[in-house]
Amino acid sequence: MATYATNQFRSGLKVLLESDPCSIIENEFVKPGKGQAFNRVKFRNLKTGRVWERTFKSGETIEAADVMEVEMEYLYTDGQFWHFMKTDGSYEQLAAGDAAIAEARNWLKEQDPFMVTLWNGEPISVTPPNFVELEVAETDPGLRGDTAQGATKPATMTTGTIVKVPLFVNIGDILRIDTRTGEYVGRVKS
Amino acid sequence: MTADRRPGRGFAWEPACNVEALRVRARMLRAVRRFFEERDVLEVQMPALGLHAVTDPAIECTRTQDGRFLQPSPEYHMKRLLAAGAPSIFSIGPVFRADEAGRWHNPEFTMLEWYRLGFDADDMMAELAALIDALLGPSDYERRTFWSLAALNIDDATTDELDLAIADAIAKLRGKRVFVTDYPARQAALARISNGVADRFELVIDGIEVANGYRELKDVEELARRMAEDNMVRCERNQRAVDIDPAFLAAHATGLPDCAGVAVGFDRLVALKLGVDTLADAMPFPYDRA
Repeated sequence: MATYATNQFRSGLKVLLESDPCSIIENEFVKPGKGQAFNRVKFRNLKTGRVWERTFKSGETIEAADVMEVEMEYLYTDGQFWHFMKTDGSYEQLAAGDAAIAEARNWLKEQDPFMVTLWNGEPISVTPPNFVELEVAETDPGLRGDTAQGATKPATMTTGTIVKVPLFVNIGDILRIDTRTGEYVGRVKS
Repeated sequence: MTADRRPGRGFAWEPACNVEALRVRARMLRAVRRFFEERDVLEVQMPALGLHAVTDPAIECTRTQDGRFLQPSPEYHMKRLLAAGAPSIFSIGPVFRADEAGRWHNPEFTMLEWYRLGFDADDMMAELAALIDALLGPSDYERRTFWSLAALNIDDATTDELDLAIADAIAKLRGKRVFVTDYPARQAALARISNGVADRFELVIDGIEVANGYRELKDVEELARRMAEDNMVRCERNQRAVDIDPAFLAAHATGLPDCAGVAVGFDRLVALKLGVDTLADAMPFPYDRA
């Protein structure tokens, strides 16, 4: 099994910490002038998304994690698993469970490309594209000509998620949404 | 996009800091020399390449092809000058520490080090504060003991635990200038031990360690014992043992005058003056592009 020493730590490196796959966010070399050197390292647990901070003595090693990120197209859900297909021409399909889908659940639209993180070949997290285009399933009727600055109303998208939208938006409109903030960006002409 | 393969193209050759940073550094260098000239402290230039490495297990020296060592501090040579009858002296120049690279570390850096005959640690802290005031502008200085900062039972803690605890505590001393005093005896390095604690201090500015000072150890027997102990620790940690510098020991056998010394990481002061949060922004050619 490959290992990394503290002097190889850099952000983005995928390692195993307490048997969980993690990505290094930040690695700071710390050394008192007359003392042992150590590394204060911030990790993101790739399964839970939580940030962990650990201190290592310089020279210590940790195990590498077999983690890959691949682009996959969302196909469908059977209620228990969410099925994705590789876009590299292999048509290989993989099923992601509840925990892996957490972040992306609000934005799942068939045929959209998602970044799927695989650990030992299994999906552990799914990241939506920064922007998605979703259809409005339900909202109060639009008010033509209402241009009140900043006034919003809730709209339920076809994925079930609720987004704050301007008053002129109608059922059936296609909206562009920033998945990082969950905010309405604009209306898409269809 | 493919890399530009024409000669001299597509390579980040530019200096890391801007011209203003160069000006600030040059002004600070002039201020240091003026400060010591006014106090009648003699500037000396010490060799960067020496016959011996230091025993301190926390410091690894870079060995050159001809079996010499890039010096991690001018301390050994300066103390030989003092033992030979030199007056109070200061040195400012490059020093080297292998593998110390990070936000606040560059394997080559500028060290300002000085020794004052007849000074004790209090005198030295006062002079250091005056220098810092001259370089960074005046401010207040707090004093904290090692014991009050490292929230540990000092006697039970391992040396690693102590290093970690004090480093964490120091990093939290934001927005002020703090002298840390009363180091545990086993972290005395080359400081005297009095009343069971090391006569050693550090200056921390805004959470960054900028200086380390001692009332210097004179006793050659004690020095030889500590250096041998350093080598024991090196062996335990699978580091290479270091040949003890016979000239350094011989100088102490002749006799080091009563003195105090302090070493300052000059680049860190430049970074603090500039208000940048990495050493690399305070030097034109940091390690990764030198």
